[in-house]
Amino acid sequence: MAWNKLGVIGMDTTNPLFFIMNLIPYLAEGLLMTLQISVLSFFFGLCLATLLTLMRVFGNLPLRTISRAYIEAFRGTPVLVQLLLIYFGLPSIGIKFDPVTAAIITLSLNSAAYQAEILRSSIKAIPETQYLSAESLGMSTFQIYRYVILPQALRTAVPALVNEMVALVKESSLASVIGVVELTRRGEYMVAYTFRALEVYIAVALVYLVVCLALSQLSKVIEAKFRIPGYERGRA
Amino acid sequence: MSEDVLLVKDLYAGYGNQEVIRGVSLKVSKGEKVVIMGPSGSGKSTLLKSIVRLVEPWKGLIYINSINVLDPRTDIRKVRQMVGFVFQSYNLFPHMTVLRNITLPLETVKKMPKEEAIQKAIKVLRLVGMEEFKDRYPLQLSGGQQQRVAIARALAMDPVLLLLDEPTSALDPELKEEVLDVLRDIAKRGISMLIVTHELDFAEDVADRIVFMDDGRIIEEGPPHRVLYNPRIDRTKKFLRAIARRVFR
Repeated sequence: MAWNKLGVIGMDTTNPLFFIMNLIPYLAEGLLMTLQISVLSFFFGLCLATLLTLMRVFGNLPLRTISRAYIEAFRGTPVLVQLLLIYFGLPSIGIKFDPVTAAIITLSLNSAAYQAEILRSSIKAIPETQYLSAESLGMSTFQIYRYVILPQALRTAVPALVNEMVALVKESSLASVIGVVELTRRGEYMVAYTFRALEVYIAVALVYLVVCLALSQLSKVIEAKFRIPGYERGRA
Repeated sequence: MSEDVLLVKDLYAGYGNQEVIRGVSLKVSKGEKVVIMGPSGSGKSTLLKSIVRLVEPWKGLIYINSINVLDPRTDIRKVRQMVGFVFQSYNLFPHMTVLRNITLPLETVKKMPKEEAIQKAIKVLRLVGMEEFKDRYPLQLSGGQQQRVAIARALAMDPVLLLLDEPTSALDPELKEEVLDVLRDIAKRGISMLIVTHELDFAEDVADRIVFMDDGRIIEEGPPHRVLYNPRIDRTKKFLRAIARRVFR
């Protein structure tokens, strides 16, 4: 039996701490799937968010409206419902995905809405005087965004984008519902085999926590690297 | 055409449907320094901004070096290259060093090679006494230092006209002086300047002519001595009384 290769069955379950420690390597394999889903979703989401933001900031009225409607639709409905719709709903009109693909598509589409709002608000946070100043020097719209607005806006966006990445790591657990064997699903299997729900789910939670703490650290490193000298408020 | 660097005729401008500039006509000759004064909301800033279309004028005529600024066929970016603009709040780019603040427009707008841009930037920084701060970032500098860099940035573009919108209003008295000294220095170099300011001593030193605005119109203009010590219009008297505690009959 495959489970036994991992030493799950017959594992010493008398010492809870020891038991949890023993679970970690097994759960780590589920973590790989979790990271694969969340990193890819973040990346595809960012690409789509960039497009949505361009439509929103530079587009004409129809493009702006499409972008807004997209954002409202995906922010205004639960991501679980979106997942179920894409995995179970779309096959009835002939669009069928395997579970992992369905999870990545759903989370990408959903995250794009949030990331687009992050990008837009970061651009809006740049004071108008920066545009005026660049315009007064004769810079073109493209140059103004390329050299003046975006470098500042993206700095503002980093903490919120990392926060979105953290959210994705956690939301990827929903993929377990459609049968993707990621971290949470692995935990469920473990519970089924050991009947030790408390210990197993604590172990699962700890793995998520470690990943998210690491991401927060990453955010701090990025922020420090791109900190604008003299901008002391940014040290928070 | 004449030696006018700037010619504004019957200009109207505003925001939304609120009219701010109501028929202003103004001339700045080559090398002339003109100071604009007037109470808050009289349209001084808007006038300056509308000259380079940072605020879109409604109607009227603007010529800069005989170029029709409001002609739709005129590339406004070409006009802005020729006109330096210094803002009350400096508006340097905070994420770039002082040097980069100056070389960026030289490289992107004037298409100057990098090395040449750096040489040029150092030259203008020396002019405003900021050379040793070239590798600092704007937010590491005092307001007066930032404004001096902003002036250097405008000068680096070799403008035919320098527009200054209350360049010292955001500064405390000590820092004001360091900026005003730089401006006095630049004024001697023969560049045409149009300056919005309430610094009376500075205006008296530098201005060839003072223009007094109220409610979107020019209500009085003349040589500094005449306008500052012997204003004819009541509104001007009232304003000068308030800012200089000057007494007029």
